[in-house]
Amino acid sequence: MIRPSAGPSNRAVEIGTALAFTAAGGAALWDSLRLGIGWGTDGPQSGTFPFWIGLALVAASTGTLVQAARTRGELGIFASWPQLRLVASVLVPNILYVAAIPFAGIYVASAVMVAWFMRRLGGFGWARSVLAGIATAVATFVIFEIWFLVALPKGPLETALGY
Amino acid sequence: MTLHGSSRRTLLLGLGGGALASVLATPALAQRAWEPTRPVQFIVPAGTGGGADQMARVIQGIVAKHGLMKQPMVVVNKAGGAGAEGFLEAKGARGNPHMVVITLSNLFTTPLATGVPFTWQDLTPVAMLALDEFILWVNAESPWKTVADFTVAARTERLKLGGTGSKQEDQIIGVALAKAMGGNLTYVPFRGGGEVSVQLVGKHIDATVNNPIEAVTHWRSGALRPLCVFDSQRLAGTEKMTETAAWSDIPTARESGLDVEYLMLRGIFMAPGVKPEQVAFYEGLMARVRETPEWRELMQQGAFNTTSMTGEAFRAWLTKEESRHRTLMQEAGFLA
Amino acid sequence: MEELGLLMQGFAVALEPQNMLLMLVGVVLGVLIGVLPGLGGANGIAILLPLTFAMPPVSAIIMLSCIYWGALFGGAITSILFNIPGEPWSVATTFDGYPMAQQGRAAEALTAAFTSSFVGAFVAIVMITFVAPVIAGFALRFGPPEFFAVMFLSFASFVGMSRGPALKTLMAMMLGFLLAAVGMDTVTGQLRMTFGSTEMIRGFDFLVAVIGLFGISEILCSIEDGLRFKGQRAKIDLKVVLRVWKTLPRHWFLAARSALIGCWMGITPAGATPASFMSYGVARRMAKDPSSFGKGRIEGVIAPETAAHAAGTSALLPMLTLGVPGSPTAAVLLGGLIMWGLQPGPMLFVEQKEFVWGLIASMYLGNIAGLIVVLVAVPWFAAILRVPFSIIAALILVVCAIGAFTVSNAEFDITLMLVFGVVGYVLKKLDYPLAPLVLALVLGDRTEEAFRQSLLISQGSLGVFFSNWLVSTIMALGIALLLWPALSWARGLLAGGVLRRPRPA
Repeated sequence: MIRPSAGPSNRAVEIGTALAFTAAGGAALWDSLRLGIGWGTDGPQSGTFPFWIGLALVAASTGTLVQAARTRGELGIFASWPQLRLVASVLVPNILYVAAIPFAGIYVASAVMVAWFMRRLGGFGWARSVLAGIATAVATFVIFEIWFLVALPKGPLETALGY
Repeated sequence: MTLHGSSRRTLLLGLGGGALASVLATPALAQRAWEPTRPVQFIVPAGTGGGADQMARVIQGIVAKHGLMKQPMVVVNKAGGAGAEGFLEAKGARGNPHMVVITLSNLFTTPLATGVPFTWQDLTPVAMLALDEFILWVNAESPWKTVADFTVAARTERLKLGGTGSKQEDQIIGVALAKAMGGNLTYVPFRGGGEVSVQLVGKHIDATVNNPIEAVTHWRSGALRPLCVFDSQRLAGTEKMTETAAWSDIPTARESGLDVEYLMLRGIFMAPGVKPEQVAFYEGLMARVRETPEWRELMQQGAFNTTSMTGEAFRAWLTKEESRHRTLMQEAGFLA
Repeated sequence: MEELGLLMQGFAVALEPQNMLLMLVGVVLGVLIGVLPGLGGANGIAILLPLTFAMPPVSAIIMLSCIYWGALFGGAITSILFNIPGEPWSVATTFDGYPMAQQGRAAEALTAAFTSSFVGAFVAIVMITFVAPVIAGFALRFGPPEFFAVMFLSFASFVGMSRGPALKTLMAMMLGFLLAAVGMDTVTGQLRMTFGSTEMIRGFDFLVAVIGLFGISEILCSIEDGLRFKGQRAKIDLKVVLRVWKTLPRHWFLAARSALIGCWMGITPAGATPASFMSYGVARRMAKDPSSFGKGRIEGVIAPETAAHAAGTSALLPMLTLGVPGSPTAAVLLGGLIMWGLQPGPMLFVEQKEFVWGLIASMYLGNIAGLIVVLVAVPWFAAILRVPFSIIAALILVVCAIGAFTVSNAEFDITLMLVFGVVGYVLKKLDYPLAPLVLALVLGDRTEEAFRQSLLISQGSLGVFFSNWLVSTIMALGIALLLWPALSWARGLLAGGVLRRPRPA
């Protein structure tokens, strides 16, 4: 058993985030220079605004980075491991769900995710979970596909059913 | 509130049997080889409220009102990247017969100006519905009564020309216009034709080259004044739109001594790789749409050039227009 | 007087039993559209279109405008219950509405939100009825410089009230601006920061970002404390509505000010989103204890909701008189007008008097019908929070994915939403404020556009922002608001007080 107070330190996450911000700002600077940051034939060039924004972003992130790097240990932890495990229990199925949508279609994927959540996180019985999953898929199908005429991503099952 | 597809469909059919619809729909209801089996997405590669959007919504209304199609038509705006979003979607929907796209000049200008990879050949041309005209508008309170007045002003001071989008039809006309007058025009881009008209009424800009339908209501209320139309001949409408003037009273640019001509395509395209009988269905559908009184009213109100083409003639026209746009945009320095 | 007669006629038509029923259908449908992110006016039109041809135009427009009201009311529901704003102008409602729900005061927040929406919209309709012609002309004064000034004022009233550390606030805001700039630059027609990807051409849609940043990240944050939602044990019955109503008259001044801000922002074509942010910002500044905002103050719900709906409603005025739709939802009504062959614009009020006044009458009644429907449903909405976490979390994730997809029919957007969700989770935990990010993302590109249009018009001179009394006044007001913190700091210094900056942990 891991101590409940253990976990990734806030300092590390702070530094990582600040670096990511700096990178975003850097990408903006690079692209702005390609577009031009002066005064063109039709007013300020496209890159002018993103350039200054990017510059401000890089400056501010560097400041945060320095602040975080200077602090030693007093920042505590970002989240404890058990907490992160709980987060993962929602996040990982959700990632798989999003990854499955292009192949299985949104209805089948939704049914599976709802059933999984109810079974694993809610402790419902298999029968009820699966039924609820199917009900969700059918309800969304009726509302969106039939009623509101919105075409959502569909997979092999829907094709087989003629949609 | 559960309104299922079946009941709605019955309703639609019921309407189709209504007095107006039966007159129009019966002759064409003879055996049709292919029909849509799902709702048809009608993609508008422009924002809500613009000329293309208005036309798409009128077509949607006509199709529903006269029961021209058993499946409903759903208008979807995909304006991102000057319409590139909508065109790329159609390009990617190879073989999908339940998608049509209405086009405007950005079919030619967007790939040329941005380098986004698509051309009209990536789509299946169905029909040209009409050509949209362009008119030079100024505020009715401005001292410019004729093109000559305007030209003099443009030579002595820098006038502000408002238009929709950047490096698209309005700006192309603006560049050609400035060149023909030998004057200066600063082009100020806005998001849509309606907004441009309002900016001109509020005197924040000096002139626009709006389509007739985008400005007609302000003309009739006495806020705007048309100077010339960028077509080879005058507009057809002889009905009085204001107390004194009809569409046909607006001189052409050439009559006023400016060699500028521009018409914009309002056409229907499908995704690539669709079957000929599917194209034929939409050709027939559009032909019937054009026969309705609602369509005629739109054409008259917006002073459209009602030329229409399908098949080979349409393809030939598209080929010619594409190369003309390339030349125009090259001259203006708009190529990506 | 002729107008009033026409209005009464409109009421008579709208009050026919058949039309009352249509109103109810319209409102319910509208609430559904408002609750499900991603469904918009176009979908409402799609289902109703065949129906509307079977009825007289007045009945049809009554139904369409009721969809409009329903959608306006519905937007607040998900903001308060799940921190997911369905529409841009519901973002500010989440700031205090969601904390209230977490404290078990969801029903209270919903009642306050619905009632203030009603009040805001009602004030705007009265204004449309009586002073329409005078006010419509005012919108014409707004060119690019004035538009920029209004945007600047929105930012100024909101900036400086963020609770996060200054550097992080700056970073969040700059990131918002950057995200807003991705895609096509409308002024030069060039593609920016797409790095060759065709998926990026669209840019970052506000809704996709917010569903992730607010909705998904909130689920991730709340799950840390266990597999349940806070605020489940809310006392819920219809009496809560009456109880909250008793306390509402106390906030009349706040509501009046917010409605005024809303009407003004709706007529100047800035719209509902800046109105809601500005109203929230002003309410916070004027409060005796600004630091309690964002922790579940009822004022934080009343201010943005009143302003947003006053703005959304008064934005119908420029649409009718000038033909420019103020919001995507207003496009529902615009679409309806065009479908019946009515060209919106200055001639509409002259040539189609009966229709216009029928529409205005339906606004009054639709608004009232909407209020009744949503208030009766308050207990049910609040009861959603009692559904077990495992079910509701999965359903929220499904609805979020559908919402992200339907914004522009792109599967890529679902992935993007998830990325925003994780980013939101990390940023929230590290004390980065998300509100400035969203504000910049929503208003960023319009602001930049207006700024550059102004400079094009002025040939690059910044003097254009002080070229007439209107734009100068708005700019001066904005600058004053920006300097407010500095001024009060200086005042404190002069008074000899020790400088203390309370910072919440």
